[in-house]
Amino acid sequence: MTKVTMTVNGKSVSGDVKGNTLLTEFLRDDLRLTGTHVGCDTSQCGACVVHVNGEAVKSCTMFAAEADGAEIKTIEGMANADGSLNVIQQAFQDYHGLQCGFCTPGMVMSAAALLKDNPKPSEAEVRDYLEGNICRCTGYHNIVRAIMAASGQDVPAVAAE
Amino acid sequence: MYSFDIQRPTSLADAVAALATDEALPLGGGQTLIPTLKQRLSAPSVLVSLSGIAEMKGVCTNDDGALCIGGGTTHATVAREATSYPGLAALAAKIGDPAVRNRGTIGGSLANNDPSACYPAAALGSGATIITNTRSIAADDYFQGMFATALDEGEIVTEVRFPVPEKSCYMKFEQPASRFALVGVFVAKYADGVRVAVTGASEEGVFRWTEAEEALSSNFAPEAVEGLSVSGDGMISDLHGSGTYRAHLVGVMTKRAVAAAI
Repeated sequence: MTKVTMTVNGKSVSGDVKGNTLLTEFLRDDLRLTGTHVGCDTSQCGACVVHVNGEAVKSCTMFAAEADGAEIKTIEGMANADGSLNVIQQAFQDYHGLQCGFCTPGMVMSAAALLKDNPKPSEAEVRDYLEGNICRCTGYHNIVRAIMAASGQDVPAVAAE
Repeated sequence: MYSFDIQRPTSLADAVAALATDEALPLGGGQTLIPTLKQRLSAPSVLVSLSGIAEMKGVCTNDDGALCIGGGTTHATVAREATSYPGLAALAAKIGDPAVRNRGTIGGSLANNDPSACYPAAALGSGATIITNTRSIAADDYFQGMFATALDEGEIVTEVRFPVPEKSCYMKFEQPASRFALVGVFVAKYADGVRVAVTGASEEGVFRWTEAEEALSSNFAPEAVEGLSVSGDGMISDLHGSGTYRAHLVGVMTKRAVAAAI
């Protein structure tokens, strides 16, 4: 077992992990932060995306031991300080950017990473950035619309048809 | 996954020492190795994570004007910082997806030498030098077939040095589900000639298309490779495309790369 300490959603946490404990297992099973989902467990679907030191990472494809000392942000850390939905989460609700909701945590975390680097992305840039996030319900259009809305851009102008 | 211990050295020297253990494996960004471990296709007793070694990260230019990239540098960093070599930065920006690019490293990609990976085409197409903890290896000697390289057990890619070409472009025909290269062609024009490296096509892994190099060295234009072709023999043939189809794509992607580089 290896002792790891990291900051998760602003709080310092530590625990003992095995060598092969994935970051997603540490978050879900040890910390009980079950908002981070495991969809495929093969690095393809992106439901498990979290931020590690500010960057979007698939937490099913990183070991917990590698996150020692890192700053982690999960979907549980995304709401505003008063508990209300943040601008991206609210836009997903407003534009029906989710149906079953399974992919949504990863979608929101990827969207937040995109908007941090590129606050006004084009529709093509949004779609390109979501390459690693799979949604089996929405056909992506409303997710793209939500992210365009969250970036403060004109949503009807998006050719989301 | 089978169980194993994980070590996280913070210096190259400690990593080399840790890898001297029997059945220890180096872990780069893990974007290939972790899925491989999950499938129980690999059973190391110790995994030595290289992600905490600061001296293996970063992009800079040396006195010879070559672009030097630390082996532990992520694709995202190369895409952002390899500004003196736009063809290479563009290649890095199209590997996998954003989350994969935030973890995957150039050293890991070159050590794995997947026959459909992008970086081997850039390294071979640039005549890069692969620097390890013990030696320097010319790209022409480094790639030795599918998933095979000149690396010894426990040897670590610490840096890759790319001579910067006058013009370059990588064109990837993507397998649409995985975004791996069905065929990818890297073309680089240097003062002393043109290099053309092909990934995704051959059962032997990345290779140089020397016939096209000669034609393009005398006339760097898409027309120069008109009429040239590679054989479908020895090309990868799978449900995504036959060997003949891949061989055809080599010519198509070479022309597109040259047209875009001009």
